Amino acid sequence: MEIIWDSLPRMFDGAVLTLEITSLSVAIGLVCAIPLALMRVSRNPLLWGPAYGYILYFRGTPLLVQLFLIYYGSGQFSEALQTLGLWVFFRDAWFCAVLTLTLNTAGYTAEILRGSIQAVPHGEVEAARACGMSGSGLYRRIILPKAFRLALPAYSNEVVFLFQATSLVSIIALMDLTGVARVIAARSFAIYEIYITAGIIYLIVTYGILYIFKKVEYRLSGHLRERKDTGIAAESAALR
Amino acid sequence: MLDLKGYGWMLWDGVQLTLLVGVCALAVAMCLGLIGAWGKLSRNPAARMTANTYTTVIRGVPELLLLLIVYYGTPTLIQNTLEGFGYDIIIDINPFVAGVGTLGFIYGAFSTEVFRGAILAVPKGQIEAAHAAGMSRLQMVRRVLLPQVWRFALPGLGNVWMVLIKATALISVIQLPELMRNSDIAARALRLPFTFYFAASLIYLSITIVSMLGQQRIEAWARRGVREI
Repeated sequence: MEIIWDSLPRMFDGAVLTLEITSLSVAIGLVCAIPLALMRVSRNPLLWGPAYGYILYFRGTPLLVQLFLIYYGSGQFSEALQTLGLWVFFRDAWFCAVLTLTLNTAGYTAEILRGSIQAVPHGEVEAARACGMSGSGLYRRIILPKAFRLALPAYSNEVVFLFQATSLVSIIALMDLTGVARVIAARSFAIYEIYITAGIIYLIVTYGILYIFKKVEYRLSGHLRERKDTGIAAESAALR
Repeated sequence: MLDLKGYGWMLWDGVQLTLLVGVCALAVAMCLGLIGAWGKLSRNPAARMTANTYTTVIRGVPELLLLLIVYYGTPTLIQNTLEGFGYDIIIDINPFVAGVGTLGFIYGAFSTEVFRGAILAVPKGQIEAAHAAGMSRLQMVRRVLLPQVWRFALPGLGNVWMVLIKATALISVIQLPELMRNSDIAARALRLPFTFYFAASLIYLSITIVSMLGQQRIEAWARRGVREI
């Protein structure tokens, strides 16, 4: 019991790194995913072809392989990267971890967004066209806002998966929550106590993330809920 | 670029072990999933709580951490327990058993949800009709429920398989010579990390693509008796 108490501060440091990597990759990944999803739904084969290939590759191969490919694989091109001045980045495990997770989550998020863009009701698009919108205005005002709302439940799952997938960065010697737990467990031999403590921290953060997404979803669906405070809602419910 | 310098056979050995681990883990996951779904839908509160705790905990903790707990934690736990009874033995878990067990245990939680949804998708009237026709509970499950549950569960199980086969790469952490571990060894021996990890990624990608096509075929086959809309 004492060992758990003593190692908690270090575990929290690890959890901070885990959260840092997660939030950075989620944010950059989302920014990359939007153009990727738009390319994917385009009818031009020069646009959807590369996007399809990218999404297929990053969803079809294990994250661990992608991580090793970028972190260790870049070593094969160290000379070329040195002349380009990029070697400082690829030598750094933290940079490679964020890069891999960003590329990975961009692929998954783009696929989620593609599904929700295609799920936007056709009538809304038609109505927008009838009002004279087209091209970027149509996407900016009607399709994307609706698609984001439709994507939210699936996207919350993706964020949780990414948060848990950050545990893989401990394999390239980063001191995230899993990495710290592995070091403490190897030194103290209190294996299951330490790992289970780390597991509980992951569990709490996971359900915390899901709770936040639930709140956001609730706020964004305000116009779809029945009003409780007035008599009109009860009346209309009775009429139905 | 993809000159494997005679290490191709090693990757091939790895692929076979990866597929074997994947298939065994899927079998374990499906058994646990059926039991878990039964627990979740059971009227017994203890069974319901156990099943709910199982899915909640498993889906909240990373696979890598669960793998480390099972592989390193379980022998220590058993040894400590036995020490309490006065036995002094050293237990080593076989990496294959640990890998299959852990992956099966993790994806059992995911297939629990799949089977739960599939069981709930069977129209209630059919179950009532089976009772009215005088079938016992077991007969109802065997003749009415299971044949349809398989069909409803197929898309979800396909997803579980795709995630599972990619998760087998994690087992390389506990030194089981599957595809990822073997490409790691080859990459280090020849100092060609990009070549071998890229080759490994293409092999995983082809497994995924073949699985996708297979899933479509199996789903079409399972649907053959159903009226198309």
